[in-house]
Amino acid sequence: MKPFRFDRAGDISGAVATLAREPAGEFLAGGTNLVDLMKLGVMEPDVLVDVRRLTSGEIEDLPDGGLRIGAAVTNSELAADRRVRSRYPVLSQALLAGASGQLRNLATTGGNLLQRTRCVYFYDTTTPCNKREPGTGCSALEGCNKDHAILGASPHCVATQPSDMAVAMTALDAVVVVRGPGGERRIPAAELHRLPGDEPQRDTTLEHAELIIAVELPPLAFSSNSRYRKVRERASYAFALVSVAAALQVRDGAVHDVRIALGGVAHKPWRARKAEDALRGRPAAEESFRAAAEAELAAAVPLRENSYKVPLAGNIITRTLLDLTGAP
Amino acid sequence: MTTLAERRAIGEPLSRRDGPQKVTGTAPFAYEYRFDNPLYLFPVQSEVARGRVTRIDPSAAGALPGVVAVLSHENAPRLADTSDQELAVLQARDVSFRGQYVAAVLAETLETARYAASLVRVSYDEMPHDVELRADRGDLYAPEHVNPVNPTDTEEGDFDRAFSSATVKLDETYTTPMEHHNPMEPHTTIALWGAGDLTLYESTQGPYAVRETLARVLGIDPDRVRIIAPYVGGGFGSKTLHANTILAALAAVAVEGSPVKFALTRQQMFSGVGYRTPTVQRIRLSAGQDGHLTATSHDVVEQTAKIKEFAENAAVPTRTMYATQNRRTTHRLAALDVPVPTWMRAPGEAPGMFALESAMDEMAIKCGLDPVEFRIRNEPELDAETGLPYSSRNLVACLLEGARRFGWAGRDPRPRARQEGRWLVGTGVASSTFPVVRFPGSVARISYAGGGRYVVEMAAVDIGTGTWTALSQIAADALAVDVADIDLRIGDTTQPEATIEGGSSGITSWGTAIFEAARVFRDRHGDRPAEGARAEAAAAGNPEAGNYAMHAFGACFAQARVDADTGEVRIPQMAGVFAAGKIINPKTARSQIIGGMTWGLSMALHEESLVDARFGHVMNHDFAGYHVPANADIGQFDIAWIDEEDHHVNPMGSKGIGEIGIVGSSAAIANAVFHATGIRVRDLPITPAKLLR
Repeated sequence: MKPFRFDRAGDISGAVATLAREPAGEFLAGGTNLVDLMKLGVMEPDVLVDVRRLTSGEIEDLPDGGLRIGAAVTNSELAADRRVRSRYPVLSQALLAGASGQLRNLATTGGNLLQRTRCVYFYDTTTPCNKREPGTGCSALEGCNKDHAILGASPHCVATQPSDMAVAMTALDAVVVVRGPGGERRIPAAELHRLPGDEPQRDTTLEHAELIIAVELPPLAFSSNSRYRKVRERASYAFALVSVAAALQVRDGAVHDVRIALGGVAHKPWRARKAEDALRGRPAAEESFRAAAEAELAAAVPLRENSYKVPLAGNIITRTLLDLTGAP
Repeated sequence: MTTLAERRAIGEPLSRRDGPQKVTGTAPFAYEYRFDNPLYLFPVQSEVARGRVTRIDPSAAGALPGVVAVLSHENAPRLADTSDQELAVLQARDVSFRGQYVAAVLAETLETARYAASLVRVSYDEMPHDVELRADRGDLYAPEHVNPVNPTDTEEGDFDRAFSSATVKLDETYTTPMEHHNPMEPHTTIALWGAGDLTLYESTQGPYAVRETLARVLGIDPDRVRIIAPYVGGGFGSKTLHANTILAALAAVAVEGSPVKFALTRQQMFSGVGYRTPTVQRIRLSAGQDGHLTATSHDVVEQTAKIKEFAENAAVPTRTMYATQNRRTTHRLAALDVPVPTWMRAPGEAPGMFALESAMDEMAIKCGLDPVEFRIRNEPELDAETGLPYSSRNLVACLLEGARRFGWAGRDPRPRARQEGRWLVGTGVASSTFPVVRFPGSVARISYAGGGRYVVEMAAVDIGTGTWTALSQIAADALAVDVADIDLRIGDTTQPEATIEGGSSGITSWGTAIFEAARVFRDRHGDRPAEGARAEAAAAGNPEAGNYAMHAFGACFAQARVDADTGEVRIPQMAGVFAAGKIINPKTARSQIIGGMTWGLSMALHEESLVDARFGHVMNHDFAGYHVPANADIGQFDIAWIDEEDHHVNPMGSKGIGEIGIVGSSAAIANAVFHATGIRVRDLPITPAKLLR
């Protein structure tokens, strides 16, 4: 591991100011991903600014009925919160579907959003990777790509975003609150992560030294009727092949409103707006769910080893929505 | 025939004698021995798969504070014997596989060594490499023999004629991927060189084997080499001897007087400490209307390394499993620019029986027979390969008892006939086998310590299987004393020689020596020995070896549930019944079988090392990418033994259970997945992607 300086700021503005002066620095929270990447030489920051104790560790009720989650709230705490479990079960389920108990005890809300892709080439510094070393090429494009993107990829990068939590937050229209050198701004969860384009080294739309300080969940009338379905190659402790976060509101047998986001298919949590639009007003039945999924997935461009993700995504969108109608 | 001793301790389900130390963290593993001012070793691995090192620039690494040395072919101590190219570490410029050690850093901290290793600049003259195994390669060759000394090919009767004239036949190809052992404890060494003596604290399956090879390779007297290995966190065939141990010893020689600590990272476990070759296996079976096999062939294509041959024996179990008039088995190898494959838990049997037992399931269906009945119908009288009778063969008893325990009777044979909610449910069965292996050369020493206590010493090794306990039980019965009166000392080459822990041979080889030493001890010293009385004896070869074929057998049953929407497979229930001679300790044996069957499940559903042929190395080289089962993947195991008294195998009547647990499990699961879904996956592992239609 490359030697680095460890800095513990007194408050949020101090941490932001410190990092703003350190172009090769990083914030450190739970460290469950960053420290691994440093051991492997994938990330080699000069300075780590510890923010673990600076942001809030509380989950607060908002006046409008939503919740504000401090960035330092651990994944375990967030998953176990009664309000989250009753009002936003999709979020609790997504958290519990990720990592292991030990990791969830350490990982934070802010850090989880910023975990980096699990592409095997990104993790192996002896192979080309545009995300790790811009301009070297994408090894996964013609290599081991069974876990890679089917939507929104570019010739420069076919990696996927690995956070389950981010997928649920995207479906819930969460808002990410960040503080940077220029002050505070609010970013819709769906716009936090970005598609790779020709800058795959940038996972998110955050600028350098911008720190996530909270995530706000807006109230949603039907968010209690939500669920997270994650498909993986073993029963626990694996990243998603494909996952779906969905919430459904049915009136008189028809879809009144719906939220759908997919994980494991793109460089960002994939909000399935085409499917949502196709569903509103349609019968809440398998046929329309299937048609909506197909509308969303029509744009899918599978790679050599991941064409299975297209039917898999279609199947779990359909099945999860059916489950949310209470169908057997 | 061997006389069996009266058994008081053998057969008792004793808890591990080393359990309290293990769970309190006080059982020392090799890397945990404490030394003042040790140096830490970190290797630099080749970033090309074939070529020559043209330049090593250690300047940036060497300039780091705390770096003591940067070793490479330019300055490493010379080895005396480089005939084994896998072990010829840092002796030449040649690169033979990606990940080969081309340099190494010694530093005062692990962190410094690791960082410095990343700063060593290595230039290569890269040459085209070839790492792709395919069955249609033009350069496949027949090795002289296959592991360990089995004939490469066999032929009985006239396979071609029998197969071509048959009406019911199968001709299918089964493939298994490259797999890596990954014991929980990686390969670790502390090496210390001083005044011509080399001491290694080593995580190994064979202290004496390491001693002999190190002495030969380094050109020193074996008596000046000491290997200490009291506790080992798993080996599975990977901890015999590889380049990592040679590198640690070389480094110790380079920095005389300083202990050198070397532990592989998980990523490093995927290059250079062995793996299971991928296999391509064509199986052809034909049967008469009565469900008797008339012809069987098993043709295997595997890989080995250009620098050293290892020939996996995947078709060997087919030579003994079932009666057939006409049989052919072959093995062919491709020599590639890859690390050397090696023994991996049930080498040969694990991949070979996946293919054979999948094919037997398919053939039973073609014959319209229940797969248990089909196997029983093809039970042989004699071992086909040797023509010898079996010392004991209770496969049929295993199948019947397993079927009874698992509730097999009344099974609807139609695939995809049972659905519970979104789960497709099916059941499958497969047979298991593993040979009885006894290595000659183990010696046990027994001395009387007074007060009724006996010290029993040999350089056996417990790689996590329960050897500390089982050998104590054997010694107790051999001496007709209580287990509490046995002071067992193993894992150190200052003790008498013992053969390696491999081939499920440990208890057979070592226990036989202990019995022999106890006999000599009592002959010489009687039942009331003087304090300090001592005797030593070696295990002779088995005089019955030429008279009988000796194998353990088993039957594995599995229930598979497959999600109709996603192809996710869950295995809520498995049953394994084994006929493996006398079970020395049913408690630790059950744990070993659980581990074996779990591994079979892992092989069926999870494990696959993904090589990117452009680069030549394994890409999913960590536990995020290389999957083994999590606890949530494991359901109920029902494990039972057939009460088998085999007087021909050894004085304990035991057959070895280290590997047989894995052997039938993968096929039982594949067969259950077929029964659940109607989809026959002949290419492991069975992932959701392969089940989505």
